[in-house]
Amino acid sequence: MKILVPIAKVPDTTSKIAFTENNTKFSPDGVTFIMNPTDEWYALVRAIELKEKQGGEVVVIHVGLADSEQIIRKALAIGADKAVRVDADPTDAYFVAAQIAAHAKTENYDLIIAGKETIDYNSYEVGGMIAELLDLPCVALVQKLEIENGVATIKREIEGGTETVEAKLPLVICAQKELAEARIPNMKGIMGARTKPLTIVPADATEKLTTVVNYSLPEKAKECKYVQPDNVAELVRLLHEEAKAI
Amino acid sequence: MAVLSFVEISEGKIKKASVEAAYYGSKVAEQLGTDSVAVVLGAASAEELATLGTVGVKKVLHASDARFNNFDSKAFSKAVGEAVNAAGANVLVLSFNQNGKLLAPRLSVRLKAGYVPGAVELPEFNGATATAKKNVFSGKATAHYQLNTEKKVIAVNPNSLSPVRGTGTAVVEAFATTLTDADFSTVVKGADLIVGEIPLSEAELVVSAGRGLKGPENWGMIEELAKLLGAATACSRAVADVDWRPHHEHVGQTGLTIRPNLYIAVGISGAIQHLAGVNGSKVIVVINTDPEAPFFKAADYGIVGDAFVVVPQLIAEIKKLKAAH
Repeated sequence: MKILVPIAKVPDTTSKIAFTENNTKFSPDGVTFIMNPTDEWYALVRAIELKEKQGGEVVVIHVGLADSEQIIRKALAIGADKAVRVDADPTDAYFVAAQIAAHAKTENYDLIIAGKETIDYNSYEVGGMIAELLDLPCVALVQKLEIENGVATIKREIEGGTETVEAKLPLVICAQKELAEARIPNMKGIMGARTKPLTIVPADATEKLTTVVNYSLPEKAKECKYVQPDNVAELVRLLHEEAKAI
Repeated sequence: MAVLSFVEISEGKIKKASVEAAYYGSKVAEQLGTDSVAVVLGAASAEELATLGTVGVKKVLHASDARFNNFDSKAFSKAVGEAVNAAGANVLVLSFNQNGKLLAPRLSVRLKAGYVPGAVELPEFNGATATAKKNVFSGKATAHYQLNTEKKVIAVNPNSLSPVRGTGTAVVEAFATTLTDADFSTVVKGADLIVGEIPLSEAELVVSAGRGLKGPENWGMIEELAKLLGAATACSRAVADVDWRPHHEHVGQTGLTIRPNLYIAVGISGAIQHLAGVNGSKVIVVINTDPEAPFFKAADYGIVGDAFVVVPQLIAEIKKLKAAH
């Protein structure tokens, strides 16, 4: 089975978020970049588990510049077999999805497993867009994935519970929590990652459907109104009369 | 021209998130001086669909084809794409709920349309383009998305706006798609619904607790408080990871993102990953023994105190309030 896993580079959750150039650009100053957690912990690890069980190959693909090498090597250290980097600074989700779909068209993957969202734009876009570009079925918010004889059995989140669905490969999956347990690369993996193949390809031009014109930060931190612990009645009064929440 | 909203049915009723999407669609239609139309796929009663008129929908395109009774992102993308053409719509509105989060990006590609994933306010139109705000960096900032294309797709964040109901009735029209059996690619084998509880993602009031409760045996008062308020229960990652509470209750960066009207956090310190899942809540109440807990910085109301003393009092006071009204 041939599996493709798109990986994104995102600011670490604890990063201070700031913008420059009149609030039109994200400021990378002092920011640590990491592999997007849902891509790394769930999508990549489940792909590797499936390969370990059934044989095949796991390819990671990343759209980004040379400074992304560290996260690509980490994906290889965790257990991906090879990597492709599309050499471009991504402008929006459609751009990223178009690059990944263009690569996938030439390679006949059985399965594409993406993370459900990136933790920077929280957009849930790339997996669904790849599926539409390739005219493939897609199931999102996936918590469980088993493959047998070319058929996937999938547990996905729905309102108020989960649903089990079946779909034939080829297929796109958007992974979330519970799909797998995060793996920490071991020394053998880290050493091996240095020599695994990383192919760098140029980007295709795409239309620019959406532009982020600028950003804004919350105007000020909320002012917490404290209520004394022996005066819970006052909290209830505030919630009822002031906040009108109960 | 028209604005089309995608409306979902669950157990015969229009989903709350879809009522919001239809209302949002009607507001956009007002901005553009055009009609608000909705599309519904799968079984639904004409009476139920006609109620979309109360949120400004003039016409409902209803494809009652039983193959649509289960969600299939590929088939739905094609069918909604056909409805966009049938309605002559330039703007398509969906909810940014479980199905919408997958269907909307597919339709963005299908329609070659700019897309706002999770708009929190109505868009602003400026000639051929439109901009809409969405939360980014887990709620730490807002981005203004500009849609550059003639066709536009907007997925509206649940609980971002409160629909105002009027008195209208929508006209329901049968809608036939060109889909064949080959367009359907997923088969639903079963569902596992958490019965007797309010789904967390749809809840307007949420009572949540964390490690401060010291053990799973102490959740009785949290459940009692939730029941009294008609709230859903939630928890922090730490307690879901040690199986004090089920995983579906976990809210935060890697769990569910929720935006209820009221979020009461008991014994949760408020790590940044937890805040990412709840900071869209309208009103946040924090009860914690530690005055330095970071959650107080994100709270509207706080009590520095022992949950085991404060929560029972809170239950008693809310009972008094309920009795008085």
